[in-house]
Amino acid sequence: MARTIDTAAQQIRTASPAALLRRRIFGHYGLLFGIVVLATIVLIAAFAPLLTAHDPYTQDLLARMKPPFWMAGSDPDHLLGTDHLGRDYLARLLYGARISLAIGVIAALISGLIGTAMGVAAGYFGGRVDLVVTFLINVRLAMPVVLVALAVVAILDGSLQVVIMVLGLLLWDRFAVVMRSSVLQVRDLEYVNAAKAIGCSVPRVILSEIMPNVVNNLIVVATLEMAHAILLEAALSFLGLGVQPPTPSWGLMISEGKQMLLFEPWLIAIPGVALFVLVLAINLLGDGLRDVSAPENKG
Amino acid sequence: MTDPILSVRRLTIDIPLAQGTMHAVRGIDFDLKRGETLCIVGESGSGKSLTSLAVMGLLSGKLRRSADRLEFAGIDLMRQKPRTMRSLRGDRMAMIFQEPMTSLNPAYTIGDQLAEAYLLHRRASRVEALARAVELLGKVGITAAESRLSQYPHQLSGGLRQRVMIAMALMCEPELIIADEPTTALDVTIQAQILRLLADLQREMNMAMILVTHDLGIVARIADKVAVMYAGEVVEQGTAREIFDNPRHPYTRGLLRCIPVPGKTKPGEHLGSIPGIVPSLVGVVEGCAFRGRCDVAAPSCADPIPEQKEGAEHAWRCIHGQAEEGAPA
Repeated sequence: MARTIDTAAQQIRTASPAALLRRRIFGHYGLLFGIVVLATIVLIAAFAPLLTAHDPYTQDLLARMKPPFWMAGSDPDHLLGTDHLGRDYLARLLYGARISLAIGVIAALISGLIGTAMGVAAGYFGGRVDLVVTFLINVRLAMPVVLVALAVVAILDGSLQVVIMVLGLLLWDRFAVVMRSSVLQVRDLEYVNAAKAIGCSVPRVILSEIMPNVVNNLIVVATLEMAHAILLEAALSFLGLGVQPPTPSWGLMISEGKQMLLFEPWLIAIPGVALFVLVLAINLLGDGLRDVSAPENKG
Repeated sequence: MTDPILSVRRLTIDIPLAQGTMHAVRGIDFDLKRGETLCIVGESGSGKSLTSLAVMGLLSGKLRRSADRLEFAGIDLMRQKPRTMRSLRGDRMAMIFQEPMTSLNPAYTIGDQLAEAYLLHRRASRVEALARAVELLGKVGITAAESRLSQYPHQLSGGLRQRVMIAMALMCEPELIIADEPTTALDVTIQAQILRLLADLQREMNMAMILVTHDLGIVARIADKVAVMYAGEVVEQGTAREIFDNPRHPYTRGLLRCIPVPGKTKPGEHLGSIPGIVPSLVGVVEGCAFRGRCDVAAPSCADPIPEQKEGAEHAWRCIHGQAEEGAPA
């Protein structure tokens, strides 16, 4: 027993950091699942025109509400059936992945930039800066996202760009809170002082000493917020406040299917499952990245 | 003799608190020449670490530093812009911190961290910086230096980390090195090694060194000069020989009674202790701060205490202290 532990320790000691990283990634099934599923969805979104011959906008009123392939009366030309306007459901699903991913990534990016800048400034400088940032966070938390989105859409009309901007400008709160507290934990450690003692400037201390030690938290929040943004877009579109028809959005598809909920439940189930799988993959990825990238695990 | 490389006069540090201003360091004077070691001793909270941070210009924003003179190699540190201070720090003056466990950034390899100061201050390539790092790791007694460069801090033991910290401080051959309790967090056996190493390197590179510590055993071994701090003041300073052989301030005598002397202290015998606690430094502090714990205190101790001198260097702040007064140590 002792010997196996010794040899295992020996292996860990002699392995290169890259090899250890590889081992950790491949040993983490959640992370692997997340990567594979997310990569698949990204590829589907990128190559949607190659995967289906149908156009997501073309209506065919003679072929409305065709059921998907596992139900009786399905049309082999429309694998997932057609919606209430006769549009191919598979094509709308595939193109809809683009909308969800674009919203998730861009909204998380915008809010990540805002929230990280605010949180790091508050955590590092403290004092008045911290007071102002904390106040802004509280103000933001007091504003219900859906209500603000409603107001903005009422003024600007809903569109993909508006939804992305609204979500990007509203979802920075968690970034700010998490970054503030992680920077607070790190900024008084002696290596930060040691960096100052060898003559590093403030931006350098923040970027090269503090950020690498808090970036794993950032990754987790970014993935959570990405999933959050995707779900919010779906919710807003479902309420008619988000992406407007005829854009193929999963939320919009659920919204359009809700009248038929009792008769044709697959209209909702298909985009619902797609949303679920995408959000699950993103969350597993974030969780796995945190485990793998935590500095205490660096080998 | 040469001019001192570091000259400090009436260095004062105030900390604004909700209850009033805390006078954490009150009017410290000392001089340090190249090749000399000054040990600052004193108990926790006596302002040792603040003094060393103040010299480096690393006090946090709320703390107020003032001094009649704070000169390093002829440069007035009180008047320098942050930019100039940054170019001095790590290059001509360096610091070794107390806690080797947290002084290294867990996100970078040893090599990266060693090279950083060198790249920052010298026009050197990464290869040159890493070569210098290997050289210094060898100097601080780390075997297989090259293979250490790619290791992360958590792969090293506390003693090794502190050696790395020392190597890091020496990368640019500073003229002044400040070590803030460099051995407190280490095993006793390692402590001796690290101290011997520091003393040897200091002699070899002819640096001035300030060693902050509360271990008088260390002081006896490597100090040229000693400054005893109590409640933000230097109560006594002088050469190591003067302080150990002829302590004048009751606090210094008390401290010396606390250390066991091989051969003299018998088994089972109680070591000395100084009863009482450090007084609050918030608000106005007048007279001798030690009078509440002093066994030779007199009413006049509440008045401002004159500095007494003997010879060129030995000075203390006490109304007593001539050799015949007070009990010998």
